[in-house]
Amino acid sequence: MNIVMTVARSQTREVLRSRWLASYALFFLAVTGGLLRFTGGDARTILSLASVMLFVVPLVTIVFATAYVYTAREFTELLLAQPVSRRRLFFGLYLGLSVPLIVALLAGVCFPFLVYGFDDPSQRIMLASLLGAGVALTMIFTAIAFCIAMWCDDRLKGIGVAIAVWMLCAVVYDGFVMAMVAAFATFPLERAMLVVTLANPIDLARVALLLQLDVSALMGYTGAVFQQFLGGAIGTLVAVGALSLWIAAPVGFGVRAFTRKDF
Amino acid sequence: MIEAHELCKRFGTVDVLRGLDLRIARGRVTAIVGPNGAGKTTFIKSVLGLTRPDSGTLTFDGVQIGDDDSYRARIGYMPQIARFPDHMTGSQLLALLRELRGSGAVVDTLAEALGLRGDLKKKLRVLSGGTRQKVNAVAAFLFSPELYVLDEPTAGLDPIASGVLKARIQLERENGATVLLTSHIMSDVDELADDIIYLVDGRVQYDGALPDLKDEMGQSSLERAIAAMMSRRVAA
Repeated sequence: MNIVMTVARSQTREVLRSRWLASYALFFLAVTGGLLRFTGGDARTILSLASVMLFVVPLVTIVFATAYVYTAREFTELLLAQPVSRRRLFFGLYLGLSVPLIVALLAGVCFPFLVYGFDDPSQRIMLASLLGAGVALTMIFTAIAFCIAMWCDDRLKGIGVAIAVWMLCAVVYDGFVMAMVAAFATFPLERAMLVVTLANPIDLARVALLLQLDVSALMGYTGAVFQQFLGGAIGTLVAVGALSLWIAAPVGFGVRAFTRKDF
Repeated sequence: MIEAHELCKRFGTVDVLRGLDLRIARGRVTAIVGPNGAGKTTFIKSVLGLTRPDSGTLTFDGVQIGDDDSYRARIGYMPQIARFPDHMTGSQLLALLRELRGSGAVVDTLAEALGLRGDLKKKLRVLSGGTRQKVNAVAAFLFSPELYVLDEPTAGLDPIASGVLKARIQLERENGATVLLTSHIMSDVDELADDIIYLVDGRVQYDGALPDLKDEMGQSSLERAIAAMMSRRVAA
């Protein structure tokens, strides 16, 4: 445990000083500040912020994390030559990358809200779920980044794969869902849609959020299905459970790849 | 101290180690030399557990190198390429290594001997390549380990720093440490090594004491001895 924390602390200090990370925090500061100013801080603010976050958080996380793992490659070898287990080192490096990304996101989003203040308490819950989704997405895509960087040795290829994975989850997937709905319009697709939603972490985060915001009918087919089939509380539980699985799976693959890799 | 038997490693379609058989004796300086791509770095990485051999055995003090990580507490490693995080200073690097090793009491006289005192407070990124390599050396010598694994230790160092480092290697040997090093600088090998292992294409071409190699080839310098060995092999 000690070694995990030592490595995580050292790397967190390093990553927090990166200019890219500062730009990431400033971006959310500007977006949140602007939205609060123009929409007046009601549910619309959270919804607009949610669509920005669901798009930007996975992209920045996966690209930044993949690039960082490649950059730190030689240093990782030096750490591996110390009497520490690869497993612990992996968790240290993973935390040392996901924690700063989470800190930057939370700082960027929370600061304007603190300055602007809250209109009513229900907004706090909405904001908390939004931040929860952001944290979950950061943890998922950092873990996927580790898997990508372990899997291919070439840095450029790895970053290309990272962008491709993001495109698949954020853009292509929706198109695929729409095509499926259109092609099988005459069949009852509700259950299939549930499965399809669970299979994409970004969609899943979106649904979890929308269920919380109680506006599921407004955005997306899958959200409506979730609401209809699972109702508020159970739907949220399922979504949160599935998001946790989505964190655990790539972390598990990452540990496996890291402990078996030839450096 | 280290024994390899029938060690094989393949990266993709390239056979890097093809049945390596060798012994590295305790308390001696062993130099691994050979052309680029001969498998020197792969062998060193196997000793450190960074790379896992496909087949064969590799033992450290009679224990197979594998899942147990504790043996690395007895090794000081100086990698060939010194690349560190952008914002880390030399002192922070040494502090991190101390924490990971869980050993506080350390005498780093090498930093002083190399004239590094002030540079350790600067970010490693702003240091010159040679100065970074000095920090890299200090990190390897920090814990007075039993075995030093040095991958091209003098590459990129100025003559003074190179001399200081070589003197330190000889001092550690006199104090009973074992040293495993690779180098392309034959004069350094000539000066430091007791034993020499010559690798070509992932196989051992020569394994023995340095004076024996020179005698056998009838040459006074290592460089000529190796050249003579290579031409004899080509002729045969």
